[in-house]
Amino acid sequence: MSSRRSRSRQSGGSRISDDQINDLVSKLQQLLAELRHRRSDKASAARVLQETCNYIRSLHKEVDDLSERLSELLETTDVSSAQAAVIRSLLTQ
Amino acid sequence: MENVSQDQAKNNQIRWRSAAEQKTYSSKLVEALRHVRRSSPPDNVSSRGRAVREKADKVLAIAAKGRMRWSRAILKKRLKLRLSNHKKAKDRSKLAAAGNSRRKNLKIEVPKKKRLRPLQRRVRVLGRLVPGCRKLSLPNLLEEVTDYIAALEMQVRAMATLTELLTGANAVAGNVAESSNRLEISRQLEHPPQS
Repeated sequence: MSSRRSRSRQSGGSRISDDQINDLVSKLQQLLAELRHRRSDKASAARVLQETCNYIRSLHKEVDDLSERLSELLETTDVSSAQAAVIRSLLTQ
Repeated sequence: MENVSQDQAKNNQIRWRSAAEQKTYSSKLVEALRHVRRSSPPDNVSSRGRAVREKADKVLAIAAKGRMRWSRAILKKRLKLRLSNHKKAKDRSKLAAAGNSRRKNLKIEVPKKKRLRPLQRRVRVLGRLVPGCRKLSLPNLLEEVTDYIAALEMQVRAMATLTELLTGANAVAGNVAESSNRLEISRQLEHPPQS
């Protein structure tokens, strides 16, 4: 019984068939199109996966940028407990 | 074996897009960020930004209520990091040497037996972008991806709104009062005068 942990890259040990990939990727394509409000019926599987990766990366970048901006604002704003309460009330309107 | 049923997945999507979820997230984030400032702040911009990012991700992971793998992975990662930092303080060189060399071996190791087809390569890349989903099978990965994307979009909306609010608050504070007055006001807010 050899341990496959360090060598095996596929989970579950089974090879992914082309049909499986195409089927699942078309599902993702639909969901992605819904999320991005765009009709992209003709995109290839590779294209869809690429788009998804790019999209996640761009979301990560936005969060990073917003985090940096927020950290600057928090430094200068000196959010006291009262201000935090005000902000919270504005957010829960 | 699926994490959630199709209906549950749809409900999750709806939830991430709701205004209520965003507001809950925003207020929890504000609370968490306040505590970040209290604890000893690092001195440069990028590490402060990173601290905010980590908090934002943690609050997001908690908002998922353990439903999805990516959220559990985020929380586990933070726990591991904290534990490993504690160990490092005790025995730095030993852990660094062992840990780093082991990690290096795994990273450099490339399977020579076959090259991945471009499609499977992209699937691999996608798996690396979603926390904790590196070795997931494609169906489960897609499930995680769609939920993760919806969550990220909410995170962006919430943080953008928060940024606007704070920017607005800054502007108002600057216009209404001189800096010395502002200091006085905030001091009073923190420690209301006892009458």
